[in-house]
Amino acid sequence: MSPVGAIVRKELHTYFVSPVAYVVAFVFLLLTGLLSFLAIATTSNRSMQLLRAQGDLPNLNLNEFVFRPVFYNMAVVLLLVVPILTMRLLAEEKKLKTMELLVTSPVTITDIVVGKFVAALTVLAGMLALSAVAPVALAPFAEFRWPPILTGYLGVLLMGGLFLSAGLLGSSLTENQIIAVILSFGALLLFWLFGWAGQVFDGTALGKVLSYLSPLDHFEQLVKGLVETKDLVYFIAGIIFTLFLTHRVIESQRWR
Amino acid sequence: MIQVEHLTKLYGPKTAIADVSFSVEKGEVLAFLGPNGAGKTTTMRILTASLPATSGSAKIAGYDCFDQPKEVKRLIGYLPEVPPLYTEMTVTEYLTFVGRIKGIEPERLPVALDQVIERMSLGEVRGRLIANLSRGFKQRVGLAQALIHDPPVLILDEPTVGLDPKQIIEIRQLIRELAGARTIILSTHILPEATAVAKRVVIINDGRIVAEDTQEQLSARLRRSEKVSLTLKHPPLDVQDHLLALPGVLSVRQEGHTFLVEAELGRDLREDLGRTAVQKDWGLLELKLVAMTLEDVFLRLTQHEEGVEAQP
Ligand SMILES: Nc1ncnc2c1ncn2[C@@H]1O[C@H](COP(=O)(O)OP(=O)(O)O)[C@@H](O)[C@H]1O
Ligand SMILES: [Mg+2]
Repeated sequence: MSPVGAIVRKELHTYFVSPVAYVVAFVFLLLTGLLSFLAIATTSNRSMQLLRAQGDLPNLNLNEFVFRPVFYNMAVVLLLVVPILTMRLLAEEKKLKTMELLVTSPVTITDIVVGKFVAALTVLAGMLALSAVAPVALAPFAEFRWPPILTGYLGVLLMGGLFLSAGLLGSSLTENQIIAVILSFGALLLFWLFGWAGQVFDGTALGKVLSYLSPLDHFEQLVKGLVETKDLVYFIAGIIFTLFLTHRVIESQRWR
Repeated sequence: MIQVEHLTKLYGPKTAIADVSFSVEKGEVLAFLGPNGAGKTTTMRILTASLPATSGSAKIAGYDCFDQPKEVKRLIGYLPEVPPLYTEMTVTEYLTFVGRIKGIEPERLPVALDQVIERMSLGEVRGRLIANLSRGFKQRVGLAQALIHDPPVLILDEPTVGLDPKQIIEIRQLIRELAGARTIILSTHILPEATAVAKRVVIINDGRIVAEDTQEQLSARLRRSEKVSLTLKHPPLDVQDHLLALPGVLSVRQEGHTFLVEAELGRDLREDLGRTAVQKDWGLLELKLVAMTLEDVFLRLTQHEEGVEAQP
């Protein structure tokens, strides 16, 4: 088995033995389920009002009124739960002194970082797949277009992946899991707020830079069903860069 | 098998080891003996290719620990001071994971696992969570982790620290059994441990190697004595006879006008020597007690182990 494969399996095992993966998935699905229900209820209320006012059933766009808000809500929930998913990954290796085992085995630091990232991404993808039960269940009863839903999921997966890489970086900086959560959450919130700050400085060069750095605009494009190279590049480059930083942190800790 | 040459490591401004050189032959067991903070762990971590040295070189089977870390890591089994255990795994799960990252082929893994569990007598706890094992069993799982890929070189950092006397004896017995084809280097701050397990002992203190000896010669050196250095301006030719005639003097060694006078343990010769030199008008220039580095080091080592020595 490749070293990366061995690390992925070990991390997945730990996720499911300690109930972290179940708890995170449960909270994620509960919140997104609840938020989806609210979005559907709001939409059906609105169609009822329109029915009463106009006398015929309007054709409300489910993609726009239900799924789009649900994807935004998912992203917010991920902002909260991803740091929980990543906090243990590197902090605990240092605390238990098991990092010593990894760095004296024939595995590279890249193997370690990639293996941990892939394991967390697998859990995330599993959660997202479970949440996809909602559109599949709705499909026979409602009319909506699948492509924006698929690109929306792609957006959530990429955004979640970016969050995971940031969480891994946070976890590499400390051996205390609580501190890892706080660092990761703080960093994610900061980048999230860049989007808002970008609107405040709208039209200026600074505003452009801030908006570009925030994942929000890139995410919005995908949720709208627009797949553009620049947004994909933003997420993938962001993930690779953050994992690279994590690699540097581990490497530098080895020298001390 | 292991060549260490002029190895130096600084942590920031602090020198952890300085100009450390030694070598270990294939199949040899070498003890790395020194008090806490001497630099044992630092040296071993450099040998495992996980810590870069500041200068000097370390080679295992001809592979450079800095330039060829992958090759080196395949050849070694390493037990750190704190055994690196995932406490939420069972013994089998843990060793399976270690086997995988050590690069054991999947089809060979079950056999390697059974062998190491057998060898370390872990059969009765193989399904137990590591968190619930006793300190002695945890240490054996730590050893199993270092052994599962059957490496030709074993590096054991204070393998008996924190164990009770019965467990210490067991672990030492295991280490003696592992010797043979394997090259083993183990560190300790306990003098009897070094001589119990290893044929050759390298003594390190304050980051420097202060002695390298076989077990027999080391024990001989342990019979400590008091030494005084005496420097005379115009010593007569028969000065050695005069000195040897003084009560308590065991030997005299001459280096130019300086004489190293060795006396029985517990006897301070300075007064006698001073009086004699003045009375006989030898031109006394200097008289001082010689602090032997090695003996200083011995004083800082743990000399006795409660409960371990009495047993076989
Ligand atoms: N990570 C580190 N940072 C700074 N100094 C260190 C570090 N590790 C060890 N030292 C110092 O280097 C010296 C040698 O330490 P070490 O190799 O652990 O000794 P030993 O294993 O013989 O007890 C000690 O003085 C120790 O304080
Ligand atoms: Mg040490």
